[in-house]
Amino acid sequence: MPGNIWVVAEHWQGSPTDAAFEALALGRELADGLGVALEAVVLGSDTGGLAAALGAADRIVAVDHPALSDPIGDVAARTIAALAAERRPEVVLVPITNLGWDLIGLLPARIGCPMVNFVQDASVVDGRIEAASLVYGGKMSTRVAVPAGPAVLAVLPGTRPAEAGRITGPPPVDRVAMDVDPGLIEFCGYREPEAGDVDITRQDVLVAIGRGIGGQGNVELAEELAELLGGAVCGSRPVIDQGWLPMSRQVGKSGHQVKPKLYLALGVSGAPEHVEGMRDAELIIAVNSDPDAPIFRVAHYGVGADLLDVVPELIDRLEAAGKR
Amino acid sequence: MKILVLLKMVPDVVEELEVAPDGRALDTEFLRLIVNERDDHALEQALLLREDAGGEVVVAGLDAPEVDDVLFSALAKGADRAIKLTGFPEGSGAPAVAGMVAGTLPSIDGLLPVDLILTGCQALDDLDGMIGPLLAAALDLPYLGLVAAATVEDGGMLVSKEYSGGVLGDFRVELPAVLGIQAAAKPPRYVPIAKVRQAMSTGTIEGVAASPAGPAPSIEVIEMTKPESAGHAEMITGSPSEAAARIAAVLTDRGLL
Amino acid sequence: MTQAVLDSGVMTLDDLLERPEGERLMSCIQCGICAATCPYGDVMEHTPRTLIAKLRAGLLDEVLTGDDLLNCVTCYACWAKCPRGIALTDVLLPLVKEQVLLNLPEVPAELQAAFEATLRYGNPMGESPRKRAAWVEEAGVEVPLMKDVGRPVDVLWIVECYASYYPRGRENAVATARLLDALGVDFAILGPEERCLGECVRLAGETGLFDTMREQNMATFDKYEFGKVITSDPHAFDAMAHLYPAAGFRTPVEHVTPFISRHIEDLLPRLTRELNATITYHDTCVLGRRGGLFDEPRSILTALPGVELVEMTHNGVNTICCGGGGGGMWLDAFYKARGHDRLSDRRVEEAAATGADILAVSCPFEVPRFEDSVKVLGYDDRIEVRDITELVARAME
Repeated sequence: MPGNIWVVAEHWQGSPTDAAFEALALGRELADGLGVALEAVVLGSDTGGLAAALGAADRIVAVDHPALSDPIGDVAARTIAALAAERRPEVVLVPITNLGWDLIGLLPARIGCPMVNFVQDASVVDGRIEAASLVYGGKMSTRVAVPAGPAVLAVLPGTRPAEAGRITGPPPVDRVAMDVDPGLIEFCGYREPEAGDVDITRQDVLVAIGRGIGGQGNVELAEELAELLGGAVCGSRPVIDQGWLPMSRQVGKSGHQVKPKLYLALGVSGAPEHVEGMRDAELIIAVNSDPDAPIFRVAHYGVGADLLDVVPELIDRLEAAGKR
Repeated sequence: MKILVLLKMVPDVVEELEVAPDGRALDTEFLRLIVNERDDHALEQALLLREDAGGEVVVAGLDAPEVDDVLFSALAKGADRAIKLTGFPEGSGAPAVAGMVAGTLPSIDGLLPVDLILTGCQALDDLDGMIGPLLAAALDLPYLGLVAAATVEDGGMLVSKEYSGGVLGDFRVELPAVLGIQAAAKPPRYVPIAKVRQAMSTGTIEGVAASPAGPAPSIEVIEMTKPESAGHAEMITGSPSEAAARIAAVLTDRGLL
Repeated sequence: MTQAVLDSGVMTLDDLLERPEGERLMSCIQCGICAATCPYGDVMEHTPRTLIAKLRAGLLDEVLTGDDLLNCVTCYACWAKCPRGIALTDVLLPLVKEQVLLNLPEVPAELQAAFEATLRYGNPMGESPRKRAAWVEEAGVEVPLMKDVGRPVDVLWIVECYASYYPRGRENAVATARLLDALGVDFAILGPEERCLGECVRLAGETGLFDTMREQNMATFDKYEFGKVITSDPHAFDAMAHLYPAAGFRTPVEHVTPFISRHIEDLLPRLTRELNATITYHDTCVLGRRGGLFDEPRSILTALPGVELVEMTHNGVNTICCGGGGGGMWLDAFYKARGHDRLSDRRVEEAAATGADILAVSCPFEVPRFEDSVKVLGYDDRIEVRDITELVARAME
């Protein structure tokens, strides 16, 4: 009999993250496929308020301890490993986010079990879990037979819609009282990045503008979109040369090399000097009125239309979707 | 302060990757390896820490084609000592490699104790685990990954990690510790080829055979395939409003909204 | 003179003054023509004149520990204009730039990336070496690879990086292939075996990298038999004509432009399509000012039907550098951060002033540089940048 499916329900500022809900949605499918329970593992110092949002799970396994109040993967890994040793889950799904990063690396070591990283999808095949992973920077797909439990699956964002895992509860909560060793790492606090211009090489989302933006007056439109997407505006060389954006925002051969999760290229023709700086972005969407623009050769999705027509529509849609 | 930097070679994705005839791994015929980009940042961070705090930087590379070039280049950049760890069985996964490295370090003359072990916080071939945290667990040392800034303070390190929205989290960790470096304070430095050539003629790489370790967890790849690459964008047609709807749907699918 | 200099062994700044070319430096009269003719002479702290003065005064260290010499785009202007015939760009500048690079605390990111990619992939763009001959599929004529030919060929064509990979450069390669085919030339290319010849990295100061590239290329050349070499890139021509002989390279080498010029009579019957264009020709530093090839490109252009040739104010030996030589190709951000003009902008303004429809060039660096300037300066609706080979191929249709 396989063990239960665990999802580490990470939370940020008092609520589970979207990534946690996505992993719960995937975990739900696996639990149903195996005919076992889905358990959300919640760590913190005051997790009582989280249960209501975690209705996708059959049960919540909660550990509250002062040492768990901070985002220290080392402590979380030892805590979950201790639980896993006792309860033998089939798999532990951990969302791949900056919050869960250290836990992903440490948990398999602390449990002494295998892990599958970069999981894009997972399903039950003949009573066993199979994972699909993207490796080598997305250049290869693999199918992996997940060994009998426990095993850790590190789940990429976007495997399932967050909505599918956002089910109100509360499910029964199993509060576990245990000793937690605070370890040798001390959390000193969060801080806002220092003022100064945005470092575009560190943004997950970039809205890039090219000469097709038409004039400085339209840069605002791109900024509005970037804000909705939680990213920053960057530009190709002509835009910088015109002085519409500062030099720190230039992408390309003579600017920055960027690898964001999303690169939304607006009115960028795709000159090789520019492409050299952004071709490794995970998702490239280009809007350009010239349907033969070279940018469409590197983009994953393209819209052959004037950005000034498309962007306002997109802004409306994102606003309607409650992004503001 | 004595810093050990662990370097590994990963497939260079500038070259087209191909699937091996067995359909389960990379074809090695055209495969070329390159040092893991984050490991290069780890080396840079180590050199910067030494500039600030003094001490010694030792680089250890996992044996692979072209790793000698990387180690000589590290010596040319200023590393004090270069070690090549050899003898990992073909197809060893990350847990096995980390176990062997952990078991081998104590046997290397004059290496331990080190104050700090730095390595890249991730690599694009980390399918079955990440070396940094696996090694930290095996050596029972604290680990912090995604490190974007690190400074020495009172026998410990002050470390910053990045969270979404650019928010930084600050940590203090006692030494010795293992850090997974996301980005060094400065981009990895350039070392002119003349200096690399000089390191090749005057420097040495110490070969150390890794000691065998016990069984390690592993996974089985059933199949490896190349995702279809269109070579051209999928064009979204329709009115601006329809196009915007489709873009929003794509962003939702990818978890970007 | 270069030949003898470079064959006479490794020269360093330390022993320079004891050598014949060092003695020539001593003859400098400090007239300052070099500084006045230098395209960045107005922004350089150490012009060629001050370099020589400091070398003679034993004060060169001031120059070697700064980044001022990154402003030198090795355009051969000072070399061409010196009344004492001091070959600055052959001797002093490379030696000084080498030391500058060795001492540079931080190499500008773009230049560093170009160096690293050149070493690793054999091209500064970091493209896959295996795709170096991918353009051949677009050629429409047969372009054999040396490794497949299995016999000596008359002509080994060195395509070089920009013509192999850069999308607009590939149009140059395709045009050249069609011209060679039309002329019935027995030629082949190295394809994936070809690596950057290294002239630019050397003149950016990375001598060690140049040595590595030369060793690799010489090993490849040694595998094959060919009667002569032609190349699409003036910088490759410069390297093979002046720097590879020191490593034992003895084959005659010619740039594609003079090669076509010598054979233009044979092509004439096929040059039937009227271009109906006013063309101005930009003399490249390396081919023109350095190589003295001023008439050959013009004789090709005037042979094309429907072409009126007009001249820019600065032409011939007075040409203005596109800014791409000596590492300048990868220093745009460095120059911009210091508020320097883009040299290609100056050139394109001059081209625009002639009223020409086409700015013709014969170096693959110039196409991206001038096209960029044309776009930034807003001339893209009236000026087209074209390599001469592309224009000949167009007239052949």
